[in-house]
Amino acid sequence: MKSIKILFLFLFTITFSNSFAQEPEDLMKLLEKEMEATKQKTFYTTATFKTTRLINGHSVENVAKGVLDVKISHRFGNINDGGYELFGLDKATMRMGFDYGVTRYLMVGLGRSTHQKTYDAFFKLKILRQSKGLKNMPITLSYVPTIALRTLKYEDQTLKNYYTSRLFYTHQLIIGRKFSEGTSLQLMPTFVHQNLVKGANDPNDMFAIGIGGRQKLTKRVSVNIEYYYQLTDYKQPGTTNSLSVGFDIETGGHVFQLHFTNSQGMNERTFISDTKGKWEKGDILFGFNISRVFTIGKNH
Amino acid sequence: MKNLILIFAAIVTLNCTATAQNHITKNGKVSFFSKTDIENIDAVNNQAMSVLNTQNGDIVFSILINGFLFKKALMQEHFNENYMESTKFPKGSFKGSITDISKVNFNKDGTYNVSVKGDLNLHGETKNITVPAVIQVKAKKISANATFNVSVDDFKISIPKVVENNISKTIEIKVDCNYEAR
Repeated sequence: MKSIKILFLFLFTITFSNSFAQEPEDLMKLLEKEMEATKQKTFYTTATFKTTRLINGHSVENVAKGVLDVKISHRFGNINDGGYELFGLDKATMRMGFDYGVTRYLMVGLGRSTHQKTYDAFFKLKILRQSKGLKNMPITLSYVPTIALRTLKYEDQTLKNYYTSRLFYTHQLIIGRKFSEGTSLQLMPTFVHQNLVKGANDPNDMFAIGIGGRQKLTKRVSVNIEYYYQLTDYKQPGTTNSLSVGFDIETGGHVFQLHFTNSQGMNERTFISDTKGKWEKGDILFGFNISRVFTIGKNH
Repeated sequence: MKNLILIFAAIVTLNCTATAQNHITKNGKVSFFSKTDIENIDAVNNQAMSVLNTQNGDIVFSILINGFLFKKALMQEHFNENYMESTKFPKGSFKGSITDISKVNFNKDGTYNVSVKGDLNLHGETKNITVPAVIQVKAKKISANATFNVSVDDFKISIPKVVENNISKTIEIKVDCNYEAR
């Protein structure tokens, strides 16, 4: 009988504690516990940069799958050309570009620059994506190969000219990281090959290391810096390193990028290995990129 | 002795029902709509978690903000980055109760109109709301759905001037959950 009493008491306690477990506070805790159990998820970092270009060159961003990004970019003349040229505004060159997201990992793009009448084509492949959670990855890594075709008339028509002399190849790796909501940095080791060079001793291959980043000033405005350092042994004579400073301004479906740079060209080959302007001499020019996205395909 | 056994049986039964009080879902559907003359924006999240206590009517929801899927990728990015700030405020939650739970007979198939009152937490702000909901019991399965409006101002979600006409100040939220006994 005594043991039954104990059992009885025991059962009673369970019932009691059970009804206690139903307190409102505990439902949220129960939910939190359930959430913990299903936390086996990977959270990918988004919006490392506002758009797929940092200033002149690529950022680690891709356009989303099924999205067409139309880019209209202008570079004006040197500011130190003075008032006669309205500080360079009279000498506009432009590039129009069309970038499309094939998958979440792959985007392709085409462009045409008035500067040296150049066509360019590229793809950008995301190899690693910065993430937290189940998969922890500190960086985003992208690979961007670009081919450029210069269609200017041959300088010397009397020579036997080869079509291949118009071609330029660029291979670029972009290692980027979003350090915080406002701060992102990236490194861009780059290889440029040009089939034809001016001097017999000029290098056909060149290496450069780019560094760039952004700092948000407000939710929709950031200041960006981009610098490409050409390794001295591979530099084309008479060229300088490209340095650009600019702002990204985002308004709904548009991103406006306004910047100052010493590079006239807007494809990898020209601004990395063929920049002629010198900041210290005032060979600075104003430019802007306008990006407008159109959702064409399906996102998911 | 016979009485004792009866009480014993009663307590055991009580314990059993007690454990079946909580009903849970891990794939509740929460969607929202913003309607303006210029454009309509809508997004859906199919991973809302919720627990419902059928005895006292307590109900809680929790949802990951970055789990909302949009048709336009850029909208999704802006939603997380600029409006909801999902890295700062990763979750939205609701904690409250069905005030007229006694209306619902969970052992009988039927549709019951109820009222839910509690605290909605979004974007780091909490607001007490009361919304109408419908509970449906079918073959012991419980489902719940509700449609209600929230104001973006109540949750300190700022909309910049340039897109003022694209985003509604009042957002319609739809909740649809199918619970399982726990």
